[in-house]
Amino acid sequence: MKFIIAIIKPFKLDEVREALGAIGVAGMTVSEVKGFGRQKGQTEIYRGAEYSTNMLPKVKLEIAASDALAPQVVETIQQAASTDSIGDGKIFVLDLASATRIRTGETGDTAL
Amino acid sequence: MIRKILCGAGALGASMFVATAAWAQDAAAAAAPTVDKGDTAWMMTSTILVLMMIVPGLALFYGGLARTKNMLSVMTQVGAICAVAMIVWVGWGYTEAFGDGGNPFIASFSKALLMNVTPSTTAATFTSGVAIPEYVFICFQMTFAAITVALVLGSVVERMKFSAAMIFGVCWLTLAYFPIAHMVWAGNGFFFAKGALDFAGGTVVHINSGVAALVACIILGKRIGYGTEPMPPHSLTMTGIGTGLLWVGWFGFNAGSALEANGSAALAMMNTFVGTAAAGLGWMLAEKLAGHKPSALGFCSGIVAGLVAVTPAAGNSGPLGAIVLCFLTSFVCYLAVTKVKAKFGYDDALDTFGVHGIGGMCGAMGTGVVYSAALGGPSGDSWMGMGAQLLVQAETVGTTIVWTAVATVISIYIAKALTGLRVSPEVELEGLDIGEHGERAYNY
Repeated sequence: MKFIIAIIKPFKLDEVREALGAIGVAGMTVSEVKGFGRQKGQTEIYRGAEYSTNMLPKVKLEIAASDALAPQVVETIQQAASTDSIGDGKIFVLDLASATRIRTGETGDTAL
Repeated sequence: MIRKILCGAGALGASMFVATAAWAQDAAAAAAPTVDKGDTAWMMTSTILVLMMIVPGLALFYGGLARTKNMLSVMTQVGAICAVAMIVWVGWGYTEAFGDGGNPFIASFSKALLMNVTPSTTAATFTSGVAIPEYVFICFQMTFAAITVALVLGSVVERMKFSAAMIFGVCWLTLAYFPIAHMVWAGNGFFFAKGALDFAGGTVVHINSGVAALVACIILGKRIGYGTEPMPPHSLTMTGIGTGLLWVGWFGFNAGSALEANGSAALAMMNTFVGTAAAGLGWMLAEKLAGHKPSALGFCSGIVAGLVAVTPAAGNSGPLGAIVLCFLTSFVCYLAVTKVKAKFGYDDALDTFGVHGIGGMCGAMGTGVVYSAALGGPSGDSWMGMGAQLLVQAETVGTTIVWTAVATVISIYIAKALTGLRVSPEVELEGLDIGEHGERAYNY
């Protein structure tokens, strides 16, 4: 099993979620996060006082997927979240040691 | 048009000279003034409009500019000082500013606690023989005192104790506001007698509050982290709503200052529309010329700067004069807020001095120019007399600056002696909402 963490632009969330649904991803966890990469921050000015915000809002997806599905998940997110510009985000894939469904106690791929 | 206010039973609009009580009584016997129901209804409406400028207008405008942790503190200080001003006004404020007789600096205390005021006593308007009920005049002027002292607090928010703000307010009203209101607007007032033009309070309200705000914030000191950590406004949406309420309410402030529902009020209304509009656009243009984006806060700041500038000019200028005056004032205020404040490093938190102080000075001096008939103003003179008028305006502005600065120093040190003036660093860092009021503005 793989654990996939994707940082994407917030407005791309719906597209990504639909595309993942179409390839059979049954669930995900989404959080609003802040961070920076090559995009850097932006400058805000209030009555002449300049503040540079170096953290930008992003959305973080966490998805657990079977080894078979994982490459497809990564490809789908990459395509759906891309705008061909800096700041589109990153996808990280980790090995997942185990997964347990709390309700039934099932483990492994069947718990996903 | 200059206000001709001599209050009390029988005081007539025409009585420009210091009248003895006996003279006033003779005049009253000669012709009892007419109270027009239309004028009265308009003045009652205007009075309520000015209250709306303070709560919620100014409270939201200022509150939105503060940080989240100080939102309630700002709104509570504005609301409570407004309430304090009303009580003080009844106690001694009205009589100190507009009581019978007195000297060029304050009136007599014959109307303390509103003694001798009844539903049948009247206050003169600008039209000879026409008056409004004195209670209406008292209420109208009461709202002016309330908003002026609330404006001052804009520079000292996010660090001044609530108790200090209240005590400062009482002292400052007594030492600065009431005397200056008397000097500018009462029939025997020092500036009034010289012929100073201040239709709705450019000097009394804006220069007065703006200079006091500057002096107060310098004595109080900067907020912790000022200039090193970000202090962006927590809700420009609130500030935008507050701006709208201020603009709408300002029609009561300016057009109401005609004291009648007539052509002078109509002129003031016209100018309060178009002068303000020009200033709102002017500030955004200034931002654009400085290489920035035209901003929402810029629009709001320009609107307020325009309202400030048009205040003394409202009934003293033609519409074109008001447009030019307010447009130019907006640029000057932009520079004051973005460049001058940064250069000198004082922490005028919500820019009360930059917008009201500087805007008020531009408005007061500009009124001396646009008043001229040659520029479409209602003066009888064309270019003649402009120099003399400007001299009177400058003298009024200069005296007001010195007077209010001294009064503010005294008031702040009284508040400091009684309360300590400033909250502890812990309270300041955590926010005055929790530290001073035990509440949070937003519980998500």
